[in-house]
Amino acid sequence: MLSPTPADSIQLTADGQLKHFLTTEGLPQALLTQILDTADSFVDMGEQQVKKVPLLRGKTVANLFFEASTRTLSTFELAAKRLSADVLNLNISTSSTAKGETLKDTLMTLRAMHCDMFVVRHSASGAAHFIAEQVTPDVAVINAGDGRHAHPTQAMLDMLTIRRHKGEFTPLKVAIVGDILHSRVARSQIHALRTLGVAEIRVIAPMTLLPRHIESLGVKVYTEMSRGLRDVDVVMMLRLQKERMQTALLPSESEFYKLYGLTEAKLAYAKPDALVMHPGPINRGVEIESAVADGPRSLILDQVTNGIAVRMAVMSMAMSGQLTQQNTLTSSAAAYEA
Amino acid sequence: MKIKIQGGRVIDPAQTLDEITDLYIQEGQILALGEAPEGFIPEEVILAEGKVVCPGLIDLCAHLREPGETQKGTIASETAAAAAGGITTLITPPTTRPVVDTPAVAELIQDRAADAGFCRVLPMGAMTQGLKGEQLAPLHALASSGCIAFTNMRLAYSDSLVLLRCLEYAATFDLLVVFQAQDASLAAKGCMHEGANCTRLGLNGIPEAAETIEVARCLLLIEQTGVRAHFGQLSCERSVHLIASAQKRGLKVSADVAVHHLLLCDEQISGFDSALHLQPPLRGALDRAGLRQGLVTDILAAICSDHQPQDLISKQAPFAETAPGMSALETLLPLSLQLVEQKLLELPQLIEKLTLGPARILGLDAGSLAPGSQADICIFDPEESWVVNEETLRSAGKNTPFFGQTLKGRVCATLTGGKVVYRRH
Repeated sequence: MLSPTPADSIQLTADGQLKHFLTTEGLPQALLTQILDTADSFVDMGEQQVKKVPLLRGKTVANLFFEASTRTLSTFELAAKRLSADVLNLNISTSSTAKGETLKDTLMTLRAMHCDMFVVRHSASGAAHFIAEQVTPDVAVINAGDGRHAHPTQAMLDMLTIRRHKGEFTPLKVAIVGDILHSRVARSQIHALRTLGVAEIRVIAPMTLLPRHIESLGVKVYTEMSRGLRDVDVVMMLRLQKERMQTALLPSESEFYKLYGLTEAKLAYAKPDALVMHPGPINRGVEIESAVADGPRSLILDQVTNGIAVRMAVMSMAMSGQLTQQNTLTSSAAAYEA
Repeated sequence: MKIKIQGGRVIDPAQTLDEITDLYIQEGQILALGEAPEGFIPEEVILAEGKVVCPGLIDLCAHLREPGETQKGTIASETAAAAAGGITTLITPPTTRPVVDTPAVAELIQDRAADAGFCRVLPMGAMTQGLKGEQLAPLHALASSGCIAFTNMRLAYSDSLVLLRCLEYAATFDLLVVFQAQDASLAAKGCMHEGANCTRLGLNGIPEAAETIEVARCLLLIEQTGVRAHFGQLSCERSVHLIASAQKRGLKVSADVAVHHLLLCDEQISGFDSALHLQPPLRGALDRAGLRQGLVTDILAAICSDHQPQDLISKQAPFAETAPGMSALETLLPLSLQLVEQKLLELPQLIEKLTLGPARILGLDAGSLAPGSQADICIFDPEESWVVNEETLRSAGKNTPFFGQTLKGRVCATLTGGKVVYRRH
């Protein structure tokens, strides 16, 4: 098909409710704000004695992780359980694909088990879109990271963390630092920050870790920390994978740390009340100095807490959108038969 | 069999002919145009009023998938599709399994094509054994077995010395060498043009330099060896400039472009539609403009289909994991006609790019309706619209981004060697 299918058309129901959560790109500001508001209400719940709400009672959530992950998988599992869903964790990287089963066959098998929601992580960009296309309209799909494309729940938990500390987005200057090239987190953050209307988004990295035409996403490109961090309100660090040293992308961890590692000295370029964030797991002494990671401006552990709330929010919203759509389809089918 | 094709608009760039007239065919050859030869009594009359009658199309690159990948297409299925697309001669690359690096495989392809009887199939031979880029394939033996040209497709030569030796050896016998230029290390795991859209989608890009660097390297060695060379399916504007300057210096180089690169660009890949996963990739809008300009200025002498049929499952996966290519034989003519609609080319100019142009590149005695020529003829209705779908496509590959679209221009009949191989009822 050559007619463009904008990202939002597959994610939203006809009346604009979320039915899949695949990318932050193309979603209206009101919807992102709704995710943040819903998540806010879940944040405090984690501190209560009884941590459960019945929003997904009787629903089955399958975590389909085609790529290994412990942290993201556990927060999704916890989020689903706090919504009272039954949870199935499938580490598919080591089972079906090893036996030669195609992704499509795996999906058809799981759909036949009548799961209501798939939380999907896959190493290929666009995998979540592909899966959503295959299982619509029976199953809601939440993207837990696809290749370099998107990691929308990570981006939204970052947005929640920023909002809870800074209140408004519009006056903020935000810098994203590190391996932009390979980062699905950075792409999702950039789309969310733009939609939420921050004053300025910067990316800071050596040219080898910047994808070509990154400025077309609406960011300013910097290659030096001293200039890029000047007067920013939020510093969002990215994880640098060790295998990047094995190619010609970077000479060594120590050189990267010297130039782009977030130290207290470099953080001094930013505003005095600048926030420091990192999606984890952190490489101390590679991307970030321990004093900064553990320091008063670091929100790294807040991010984890907020991550569960954001995941609860998008899971409950997508399930409700999915049910609305299924009811619409059923009633229109009934009307057609009548 | 004596056939008269009556009342069509006969366009034959080889004779600079464009007029409404009749065509007479006898014993597989064109006997005459205009007035009936004395004593000619046709056994069949094909009425062509309102239709265009032109030489059968010559397609410089069409994958047939046989031997080795017959789940994606067979010589019979794909040559039937070619006939339905008005194509009477097609050149097929050596990337079969086994590859065309022995006379036996080259002969097998030609024999099966002859058995199917739809169109002439001329295989390209592998430049290196197993297309591995290391050792020379038996070029002379392959040429004697009907290989029209030699290529390593997009598989890398292990180093520049191997490439140089290949060109020197091919030049010894004045063989035509074809490049689908792409530097393997720069293309790496890429699956689309390295542009803004690729960054947005988080896919691995194939930079423009992957093509231009290889074009430049090949041109320097072509100049050194004096080999006859052709560049197939160029995708970048800068490649066109490189070819133009080489032609200006007097090098014997030609180039073609796949029709979809003249119409589409990377901006169309807005979602993750695997039908648009192509190799070479759709480039930017400026590249498309450069290719169109190259066509007008005759730097690009031919338009091809770059037909790459895939089975359903090869296209049903996340974008990068799908197989590249589109099924393109049957859309070659209607898509090319859009260039006339868009006033880029006049109809006779377009027909030249699909017939005489590729014939000259190959040094083939084909692509003409002059008396004495083999009667390879395409008759089409430039106004008739049709929907590209499961029923209308004869190719085993239904993988086209034009699926479901209505295209204008439809083949009514195709004759290969004076035999009607396709007719729409």
